[in-house]
Amino acid sequence: MSDHAWSSAAAIAAAVTRGDTTASEVVDATLARIDQRNPVLNAFTAVTANRAQARAAAKPAGPLAGVPFAVKNLIDVAGLSTLAGSKINREHPPAAADATLVARLEAAGAILVGALNMGEYAYDFTGENSHEGPSRNPHDTTRMTGGSSGGSGGAVAGGLVPIALGSDTNGSIRVPASFCGIFGLKPTFGRLSRAGSFPFVSSLDHLGPFARCTADLALAYDAMTGPDPCDPVCADRVDAPVLPTLAAGIAGLRIAHAGGYFRAGAAPEALAALDTVAAALGATRPIEIPEAARARAAAYIITTSEGAALHLPRLRARPRDFDPDVRDRLIAGAMVPAAWVTQAQKFRRWYRDAVLRLFQDVDAIIAPATPFSAPPIGQKTFMLNGQEVPLRPNIGIYTQPISFIGLPVVAVPVPQPDGLPIAVQIITAPWREDVALRIAYDLEARGVVRAPQPLE
Amino acid sequence: MNDDALDAWLDANAALLGITVAPEWRETVRLHLRITHDLAERVMEFPLSDEADPAPVFRA
Repeated sequence: MSDHAWSSAAAIAAAVTRGDTTASEVVDATLARIDQRNPVLNAFTAVTANRAQARAAAKPAGPLAGVPFAVKNLIDVAGLSTLAGSKINREHPPAAADATLVARLEAAGAILVGALNMGEYAYDFTGENSHEGPSRNPHDTTRMTGGSSGGSGGAVAGGLVPIALGSDTNGSIRVPASFCGIFGLKPTFGRLSRAGSFPFVSSLDHLGPFARCTADLALAYDAMTGPDPCDPVCADRVDAPVLPTLAAGIAGLRIAHAGGYFRAGAAPEALAALDTVAAALGATRPIEIPEAARARAAAYIITTSEGAALHLPRLRARPRDFDPDVRDRLIAGAMVPAAWVTQAQKFRRWYRDAVLRLFQDVDAIIAPATPFSAPPIGQKTFMLNGQEVPLRPNIGIYTQPISFIGLPVVAVPVPQPDGLPIAVQIITAPWREDVALRIAYDLEARGVVRAPQPLE
Repeated sequence: MNDDALDAWLDANAALLGITVAPEWRETVRLHLRITHDLAERVMEFPLSDEADPAPVFRA
């Protein structure tokens, strides 16, 4: 293998394990590729070349043997300050240890090659960043990657790494997966350890992987699951690995498509992608997720108030050091009355119970991931239901009602003829990542979904 | 919520929280207050019982 740019993690690990190539060859090719493409894509904020080469020389073994990966820069990497997309955190001391998920991927043989650009403090759906410059979409570098895990989306879609980690509070994995045309997994809330990551909204934060195929998502996910005493939110449960059942097929699964709220406001390409996937799955039955608009509103209230509370000391002391787009939203968030937040959390319980009842009759629900494909970098507003509305807060209208109650989702990319890719969400009941991944794998095997390779 | 009410909300909270809102940020902060208020109205109008437990449950 001379060029690993578009190889899957599974293929790289197999080649390294067989001895067809070495981890050092893979790492050297990856570092060269990053040198070549990162000046355009602006995905990486740090490249850990020495660490990666040393680790490759130690001949790592395991299901991810020699597989390069990178992490959103809110995830701790020993020796690097954890920036969380900010200028302020550049003054933080370097992390003393790797985050749990980095350690688990490396224990499976993977090799960290760097840290990735992101929207400041993860309060972002665009991938823009006033300090680092925007991460750029490999399919059209004048367009957004989506955010806040923008560098993660760009690095995987651009062929710099086969696997990246990101975080998703309201859609920050699923939005970049959609705009960049790759696969993303937002697991059940509490499934993957958040230990060693910079928080945004403790009530809603999730970590998860990006990849260019379902099998790679499953490989990474299986390597990262399991209880972690260092994270009080991480669930104390162990489920079977998902990889062995990935190809089990979808016979017998009851799959519906989300109607109502999840179709209103969607651009033609979002509806076309949804209809393509629905037709392929025989998901002809529409299902109404009750009170989705209110769920999105409640997620917004909790996000803006918890996020602002986290950053209040910095908003008071040094507001000019924030990205202006993030600062002005956080300042407003600091002014939210407590009764609104409490009502939003009470509503969250009601909504959870209502949505879980739906899963008595269906195994999965499909819905659009984003209302449109990647907008141009810098765009501030868009038309929603005939009204001009701010772009930033509205990119996540379809992702927020789902992460609000922590349901697992696989975002699957649907290539569009003559256009940019866009993703569909495959949503399942809590702890049933296995079902969502099986459906994604089936769609991929039939060629309905795939990560398109960008022209360079 | 009218502009005067938004201004009063912003000014009172900025003073209370010790946040300085520079004149050139004011319009955007007000926009976000308006968005947040409108979304909160939708959340607040939903009837929930006095006994309804909020979602996060502390476990000792």
